[in-house]
Amino acid sequence: MTPKAATPDAEATPRSGSGAAAILAAGVGAFLVGVLAVAGDHSAFLKQFFNFYRPTGPLSGVTTLAIALWLAAWAILEARWRKRDVDIGRVNMVAFALLGLGLLLTFPPVGDLF
Amino acid sequence: MEISARGLWTLMHGMGFGALYLLACSGAVIELRRWNRASDGNETATRDAAFLKWYLMAMAALAWMTVLTGTYVIYPWYRAAAPAGLADLSSFPQALLKAKASTAEWHSLGMEWKEHVAWLTPISITMAAAVAARYARSLRDHPQLRAAVLVFTFVSFLSAGVAGFFGAMLNKHAPVEGGSTIQVMDGEQH
Repeated sequence: MTPKAATPDAEATPRSGSGAAAILAAGVGAFLVGVLAVAGDHSAFLKQFFNFYRPTGPLSGVTTLAIALWLAAWAILEARWRKRDVDIGRVNMVAFALLGLGLLLTFPPVGDLF
Repeated sequence: MEISARGLWTLMHGMGFGALYLLACSGAVIELRRWNRASDGNETATRDAAFLKWYLMAMAALAWMTVLTGTYVIYPWYRAAAPAGLADLSSFPQALLKAKASTAEWHSLGMEWKEHVAWLTPISITMAAAVAARYARSLRDHPQLRAAVLVFTFVSFLSAGVAGFFGAMLNKHAPVEGGSTIQVMDGEQH
């Protein structure tokens, strides 16, 4: 995942950093949906805190916060990696792991283990 | 032929946006797999890239409309608290499901999973659309980016499939109904 500085001879094709930022941020977003869902389910305080829109209940806060943090992570990574080449293989591994964990944590029998 | 306002919203959410998204997934996966072939001519590659970009952007729009209508329009009707002692729970789907042991798991497993996993769909497909838009035809030069787009698109299909399956089953056992009645067409009495 170590970024490398752009070289002038490769300006014609977009750097991989922009794509890597989108991929890693999506993994982070998926993971956050799972983590916040579990947190909201197990903490009375967080359940109340996540109640952003009363008719929808805590789901509104869980998803709004996850989406906001995903977009923030994407913006930060994009700003840092846009003009660089990044090791996409390693980014993919981390993003897939986060995506898999996010999927698992949304499954109630797994979330109930915590 | 009549339909309730809530029934119509549920229809748009599930059969409109959601089902259309699931249908579109197969096309996206096939198109992305096709990109692994040797490069076509310049003009074809540019056309293919534009098609993929707009296709994935349309899918992202569908995914967002599905989760937003589900979370902010239909879910509040589903989870509305029933007044104490009410015998007829048909207007309160969550309470109706939880009232019987034979249906309670549709809520505690089905809805609890669906309401969260569905949100992985717009996150995944928005990323895929953004990468396709950013890289256009040069996506062919980045096999690992293509692989990530393909994996996230496939996971978006899985999560939408889980949400769609449980949505259909929940609506079968405890449909979200109510609101004003919309007359679709007049029928003849036999």
